Amino acid sequence: MAFKIRVNGVDRTVDVDSDTPLLWVLRDVFGMTGTKFGCGMALCGACTVHLDGAPTRSCITTIDSVGSAAVTTIEAIGDTPAGQKIQKAWLDLEVVQCGYCQSGQIMSASALLATNPHPSDADIDDAMSGNICRCGTYVRIREAIKQAAQLSSPAVQRG
Amino acid sequence: MSYDRFAQDLDGVVSRRAFIKTGAAAGGGLLLSLSLPGLGRAAAIGDVGDWAPNAFVRIGRDGQIVLTMPYVEMGQGTYTSIPMLIAEELEVDLKQVQLEHAPPNEKLYGNPLLGVQATGNSNAIRGAWQPLRQAGATARTMLVSAAAKRWNVDPASCRAQSGEVLHAPTGRSAKYGELAADASHMPVPESVVLKRPEDFKLIGTPAKRLDAPFKVNGTAVYGIDVRPPGVKIATLAQSPVFGGRVKNVDDAAAKAVNGVRQIVRLDDAVAVVADHMGAAKKGLAALVIEWDDGPHAKLNTEDIARELDQATLNSGPVAQNVGDIDRAMASAVIKVEATYQVPFLAHATMEPMNCTVDVRKDGCEVWVGSQALARVQAAAAKTAGLPLDKVVVHDHLIGGGFGRRLEIDGVIRAVQIAQHVDGPVKVVWTREEDIQHDMYRPYWFDRMSAGLDEKGMPVAWNHRFAGSSVIARWLPPAFNNGLDPDTTEGAIDLVYALPNMRVEYLRVEPPGIPTAFWRSVGPSHNVFVTESFMDELAAAAKQDPVAYRRALLDKAPRAKAVLELAAEKAGWGQPLPKRVGRGVAVQFVFATYMAQVAEVEVSRDGTVRVRRVVCAVDCGTVVNPDTVRAQIQSAIIFGVTAALYGEITLKDGRVEQTNFDSYQILRIDEAPAIEVHIVQSSEPPGGMGEAGTSAIVPAVTNAVFAATGKRLRKLPIDTTALKQPA
Repeated sequence: MAFKIRVNGVDRTVDVDSDTPLLWVLRDVFGMTGTKFGCGMALCGACTVHLDGAPTRSCITTIDSVGSAAVTTIEAIGDTPAGQKIQKAWLDLEVVQCGYCQSGQIMSASALLATNPHPSDADIDDAMSGNICRCGTYVRIREAIKQAAQLSSPAVQRG
Repeated sequence: MSYDRFAQDLDGVVSRRAFIKTGAAAGGGLLLSLSLPGLGRAAAIGDVGDWAPNAFVRIGRDGQIVLTMPYVEMGQGTYTSIPMLIAEELEVDLKQVQLEHAPPNEKLYGNPLLGVQATGNSNAIRGAWQPLRQAGATARTMLVSAAAKRWNVDPASCRAQSGEVLHAPTGRSAKYGELAADASHMPVPESVVLKRPEDFKLIGTPAKRLDAPFKVNGTAVYGIDVRPPGVKIATLAQSPVFGGRVKNVDDAAAKAVNGVRQIVRLDDAVAVVADHMGAAKKGLAALVIEWDDGPHAKLNTEDIARELDQATLNSGPVAQNVGDIDRAMASAVIKVEATYQVPFLAHATMEPMNCTVDVRKDGCEVWVGSQALARVQAAAAKTAGLPLDKVVVHDHLIGGGFGRRLEIDGVIRAVQIAQHVDGPVKVVWTREEDIQHDMYRPYWFDRMSAGLDEKGMPVAWNHRFAGSSVIARWLPPAFNNGLDPDTTEGAIDLVYALPNMRVEYLRVEPPGIPTAFWRSVGPSHNVFVTESFMDELAAAAKQDPVAYRRALLDKAPRAKAVLELAAEKAGWGQPLPKRVGRGVAVQFVFATYMAQVAEVEVSRDGTVRVRRVVCAVDCGTVVNPDTVRAQIQSAIIFGVTAALYGEITLKDGRVEQTNFDSYQILRIDEAPAIEVHIVQSSEPPGGMGEAGTSAIVPAVTNAVFAATGKRLRKLPIDTTALKQPA
């Protein structure tokens, strides 16, 4: 059946079974391959997108549950203030290696920063422990989130 | 132009657009090809007609500088460090170069240290260090000659800089693009002088990764992302027991799934072809498959372990023999014996296995991220029954390799499926299928014994182990007299002065489970065993583990230096709370010296937390120091995962682990703080991608011993054995 969803500000229509995960609609129907498949069970976070700003595992989010929520993917996260800061910090600190999980990492980190401009280590653990990185870029992910947080704080930028 | 895009629709260093532009501007450019040691290809220069993809450097008339990458990028930073080598001598800035994948061609792009076109064994920089700097220097020399001729001046009065040749006395300059056509007619210099290390501008400086921008905005294209027009998506179920067969399939329900197009039945697998992966997975779940499990239906891991254990009761091919081990053992004051075991491990790359194939009557196209492109081409050709030149392989970025993508089992499977499908089909393994049909790091069983003298120092070292040889299957010519260089690396040629030593290896191939390379392979096992056992000897001698090792390193100054550096930076010897301990490991593998000190906390329930790791490394000349740090951080996390969680087990022939819940990977909240200290050196570069993985495992288990007094001789760590008695 047909579903209308709003992805990165654009209304799109798709005709698939109602239980089809959003991940496959994005990747295989819309051709938006920045969102990655890792496990299919919300265990690794590679497929993370935002629904109305909330980090969401698209591999277990059925298309019929999206409704009117605004879907934001890695392709458009750079248009948000938090996403922009996270991407910059990721590049400044050379976080990526193979890069496959990084779409999901960046989506989780952007959502964290958007709601919590100065996350503590524990906040970072909470927000990011659902995202696996097999290249083990965790040390730099943590540093990059902290650096991005500093970008958002004029008081810290002074130093 | 068959090997193409790394990124879609973005400006930047590695785009399809850039490649096409260069191709179109090809007339009159400079082609430089060079010979790799032992591959017998003379340097040749030609014009556009000669532009076969056997070049590392290509300069177009429009000034485009294209570097062809003989090694694939899977996160290790080779697409930055290899260009650094060429650009250093070519005298161009990294931002001026474009990159393209080398096409399949064993002769031209063979790895000089392996003899085949493959990216592995941490040897890209080692192999490229001389030839690719020479490639840059030769091109630069010819560009300078062309400019000097044009200006009628002495080449020695010209210099190259940032993609231009300059003649300071007259203030003239010409860009490489303007000189390329002329340069192609200049004689190839017999030899070139490479820069002295003190003149390096790029090598040794932290260069920005050239692939990073595409990896933070979703535009990087991995194999799993390709979408040739009309592509269908397939997923598959392979025989849950290795060697089993499909007995019967009821596909009525699967065919009824909306979006499912076709069911492909093979001898030992069934695939569901659909419009999208959602439908394919739903169709797969609806299949009712009856399997004939075959000869391994009753196989359990314990059977394999027992067979290996038994094998080590007999002597085997001697990998190294020093002194007289039997006499030394007879005279020893203290004798220490132990057995060790390491499990099968899956690669669990974040990008699940996948391969896209279009089989047509007259040819075949393959899209895949592979560590061994020429093997992909050969496998596809053989499976499809086509000549090699009818198979076009498009290489892509790799979402994690770690040895998994040195194998072509996935390519063969995808071609088998594609032969039944009209048009291109992308075969994507589910995570469960990826973990349960991996090719695994071998299980190894080790029997150790040592003799100590009256001072507690080792006078005899006896190491015998059994398990699979991956090399024997993957690179048979390198398996000789029952031995191969990978399986024994880290067990022989130890850094320590051991006057009497014998190492024996017995090749025992386990039935019913395929084995393969895995990050740090031989050393991933041997360093765990040798550095754990060295720790046991220190304990038996009642000596400090660092001091004990240090006393054996007088003849290995680089090893001693990294040990001392790591110990100092880690605060070795400073007091720690109860159930917190430090462990050390020293190694020389992949031509790199490394020492690590791990600080580990063992909670009352036995849970092990690695709090901090200090690594000192001497990898010779450092090309990109930031990559060295990144690779060590990465390798340590990879090794901690293995130490704490990594284990693939068989029950009734089936792999028991399925997804990241039962095959756990370390997460950010468990990741240790990591410090990397690099020793300055002008020695030739050593390997960096894997060394950190082998060193961390014994550092962690030795730290657990320091914290609890429990010696861990089997991986992964059994936390129940570490519970604090009530």
